[in-house]
Formats: sequence, C-alpha cells, structure tokens
Amino acid sequence: MTTRAMWKADLNVGELRVPVKLYAAVQDANVHFRLLHSKDNTPVKQQMVDPSTQEPVAPEAITRAVQLDRGVFVRLTKEEQAALEPKPSRAITVERVVAAEKLDERWFDRPYYLGPDGDDEGYFALADTLEQKGWIGIAHWVMRNKSYAGALYGNEGYLLLDTLRNAQEIVAIDAVRTPPGRSPDPREIKLAETLIGTLEDKFDPDAYHDEHREKVLGLLEAKAKGKVVRFPKAAGRKPSDSLLKDLQASLKVGRRSATHGR
Amino acid sequence: MAAKKRTTRRSAEGKRSRRTTGAATAQRASDGESESAAPAHGGGPRAFWSGTITFGLVSVPVDLYPAVRSSRTPLRMLGPNDQLLQRRYYCSADDEALTNDDIVRGYEWPDGSFTVVNDEELESVAPRKSRDIDLQRFVSRDEIPPKMLQRPYVLAPAGESTKAYHLLAQTMEQTGRAGIATFIMRGREYLAAIFAEGGLLRATTMRFVDELRTPESIGLPAVPKLTGAQRKDAEAALTELKTDDLDLEALEDDYTRALLELAEAKRAAGRDVVEVEEDMSNEESETADIIDIMSVLKQRLGPASAAAPHTASEKTARARKDATAVAAAGRGSQKRSRKTAR
Repeated sequence: MTTRAMWKADLNVGELRVPVKLYAAVQDANVHFRLLHSKDNTPVKQQMVDPSTQEPVAPEAITRAVQLDRGVFVRLTKEEQAALEPKPSRAITVERVVAAEKLDERWFDRPYYLGPDGDDEGYFALADTLEQKGWIGIAHWVMRNKSYAGALYGNEGYLLLDTLRNAQEIVAIDAVRTPPGRSPDPREIKLAETLIGTLEDKFDPDAYHDEHREKVLGLLEAKAKGKVVRFPKAAGRKPSDSLLKDLQASLKVGRRSATHGR
Repeated sequence: MAAKKRTTRRSAEGKRSRRTTGAATAQRASDGESESAAPAHGGGPRAFWSGTITFGLVSVPVDLYPAVRSSRTPLRMLGPNDQLLQRRYYCSADDEALTNDDIVRGYEWPDGSFTVVNDEELESVAPRKSRDIDLQRFVSRDEIPPKMLQRPYVLAPAGESTKAYHLLAQTMEQTGRAGIATFIMRGREYLAAIFAEGGLLRATTMRFVDELRTPESIGLPAVPKLTGAQRKDAEAALTELKTDDLDLEALEDDYTRALLELAEAKRAAGRDVVEVEEDMSNEESETADIIDIMSVLKQRLGPASAAAPHTASEKTARARKDATAVAAAGRGSQKRSRKTAR
C-alpha cells in the first residue's frame, strides 16, 4: 500500500532545484476512542457556549482574540489574521548547511519524508551526500498558510525533512559544573566506563514495541466478542545503597550476560 | 543510591491538557490518585514526573521537566457578549447538553459499531506501576535518527545524593554515548534516548517503529547505486552553503511576534480591546514553572559553570535569559528586539 503525497514542492539547494513530494513520516498508531452519550451510544458533538447565557454561539458569531494581559484581549478581524499569514509558495529553500551536531535533540519536532518527483538522480545524490557527510540543511518553506523551518537530512538513502521548534521554545539551560566534593572518584569513573562499555550496543528501533497499545486492542477485540480478559502484571525491582557496590555487582551481571549472549 | 521514600506531593497531572488521546487518557485519573511525583528538595517548581534511572544495579533518581514550551500565542474564541467561550458536549442525536457523567468512551470498528470500555477495564491492561527508567544499552549518539525524537525533557537529580547522577552524566558525556531506555509514565509505555551534555542529563521520548512510515510503505523508489559524477553537483551545492554558524535568528517565531505586535498596536490605538472577567487558563503558572528549571538545577547541582555553553541553542538560551525572565511576568516579552536574542 502506498501513501499519498501531502504536498509537492521544489527543493532548492543553491543552484540545484530538485522537485519533491512531501509525505508525513508519522502514522498515528494510538488507540483512539470516541466520546459517546451513554444513554444511546451515539457520538457526542462539541459546541462553543457563552458561559454567561449557557447558550451555544453560532460559528459565524465567534471572533478570535489575542490575550495581552490577564483578562485583557484584543480582537482580530479575519482580514488582519489573513494579513499575518505568509505568502504561499512551492519552494523549500535550504539556506545553510551545518554539521548534524549543531542541532541537538530538542529542536526536532515532526518528521516528513521527501520523495523524488521527476529527478531521481538529483534526489538520491542529495540524500546520499548529506548522510555520508553527516550534514543537515536548514530549510525554510511555507505550507498550508504556515511558515516552517526544518532540518533536511539523509537517512538510509532517503531525504527527510523534520520541522524544527523555534528558538523561543527551547527552555534556557546553562551548563553546570559538578561541585567539588560531590565528584565521583576515579575508581567509580573507571567502573562506570566499563559498565557502559558492557552495555554498549547498536541501536535497534525494531526491538521496541508499545505492548500496552497491543493489550488495549486485545481487550477491545475480546470485549467485542463478549469475553473477559486479564493480563498478568510484572514485578518491580529493589535498589541498593552503595554506588561502588552497585557498579561492581552490575559488571558481574553484565559480563555474565555478555558471555552467554543476549 | 537507594530511592528514598519521598514526600508525597501531587504531580502536575491534572494540569496537562495537551496529551494524546487513547488509552492513556483513560488512565490519567487513576494514575494521578495512586502515584505521586515529588522533588526531594522541597522547593522549586513541580516536576512533570519523577522516576529512577536504573542501569546495571545502579539507581539514579531524577525529576523530569519539559525542555521545550510552546511559543505560539493561542487565538482564543470570544462570543458577541465579550465572553471567552467554553467547549461543551451535546448528544448528536437529540442535542441534549451532556455532563461528564453522561459520556462514555467507545472504540469504533471499521463497520461503524462501537465497543464501550470503562476506566476499570482499561486499568486492567495498564502497564505495571513502576518508576524505573530502565537504561538498557548505550549507543553512539549519531545512531539515533532525528525522525524518532518526540518530546524532550531535562532530568534534574532527585534524592539525597547526586553522586550517581554526576557519575552517569560525566561518563556518558566523555564517552560520547547516548542511553536507550524504556519506562512507564502515567499509564503509557515510552522509549527514550538519554543524552548527557554540560554536566546535565536530558531525555527525549521516541516514536515506536510502528508510529513511523518507511520508504517502502510510502512507496518510494529503491535507492539506486550512485556514481561519483552523480554526487558531484549535490556535493558542490551543499558545500557552497556549508557554515559553522547556525543562524538562530532565522529560527525564531516570526508569526507570534507579528501577531503580538499587531495586538499591541491595536491596544495602543484603543481598537477592539475587550476586558474579560477572570481568565480561567492557568497558562501563566505553567510558564513560570518551566522557566525556573535553571534554579532547580542550580540548587541541586551547585552554581552554573562559567565555561562556554556546549551547544548553539544553549548559547541563545543563555543570551535570552533576561528576555525569558520577563516572559514569566507577562506576554510583552515576545516583543523583545532581535538584538537581545543574538
């Protein structure tokens, strides 16, 4: 089964122009419920209500407003809102290219796949070069009346474009220095390094599943068939009280599991 | 580092309205009653969640704080009587106004039929109650593809001793490793990556593979073999744009700035200003909570380092601190000039 493209655009990298299609990389896998009226199991609907009259307000009588201070709002007309929207465009423009480390994990918001739309060679060459060099293109575009900044990068031979959070959204954090006296001693550092070494592995995303989601679906299927289901619960684990002892004990366990294979 | 019994304090549970629908929502109520999140050091803003990183047999108690906040100013809905409108539920069949007690949750099957489930049933399949952030393996940081990253948090040390926290943060940073962990938060399972930078630990929840499309599932063509000649143009074009400077000004929220400027101009001109009785949103307190993270970290980890910030974003963050402090007091801060943000 193939996915339909959300949008078509020209990807501009300096002089290069590569036509692309944009696809959402995220697919909703959550179990969604609808709200029903318990009396007759019909879906509920939502309406906006004026709290002073308790009466629903018709959509055409609703205006949008911006809050400036507590209790102080300024109404905006439809024309004013429209004037704030960016001009429509079919261009995704890469403004600059930086090393991937320049953007830490906090910036990344929503991923999109780009697919080639007529120039496969240009598309795959860009994807490959970005991936091989570990570079990210900082791109800007306007889609559906909204302007976006994004990170263009290569992954497994394909181009992805992740929308980025904006600079104001990243909460201020300074680097901190370990206060003297609370620093781990060399023996602990050595052990911790060894422990991290034993737990070192390749990252395998396929190894992880949301089992809970699967259980909820199982419950729903069973219930639809009129069955009652129970699932066993796993037990927790108890921590100890010496950092050094814990590190040493962990290493023993780690080595054993490493020799016997995982 | 024994996870000491911490003083009971309600988590920020009820306050969070932005969450995914689904089973998680159903468990929120029960979860909030039986579990609690508490910063061990009493003061400071409330943690979003508290847990214990376990790697090997070592335990590192931590508090989670959101590492990002929304910068968008919401457009609120006003009615003709200058009232902030409220969302209400009605029966779609007979227009009867409904209260929470009249509403049940139903799963819709493809044929349009519903299976109604209640909280108790959903609880029976809830993940076990655990506060362990199970750090199972360490990988190279660049092995984590950005497409998996979901929501970032700052991890502040909790508990009496911060030694294990320092040890983990320091060692991970020196070895350039990221941790892969799984944990259960508010009735939902999470996969997370743990990063160490500047002496601090951060965690980002990650999308499970079934939440992501693949090139195959989308139907993209197979990756061809490329020759050096084919790569030449791409490489030249990219190299031309290569720089060491992440232009943070270009990553600012221009829309919100323009929106607030317009609103302020209209207020100054006395146009379309509406005074509304007490606004019910608790947005302000939430903003203040988030901005105080630095004070929590300072309190628990000692003073901020004088060393240069480690990332470009921390650099802006640092430069922006004054402007951000104003944001806690009111919304006018968004007006700050571009200069202060550099």
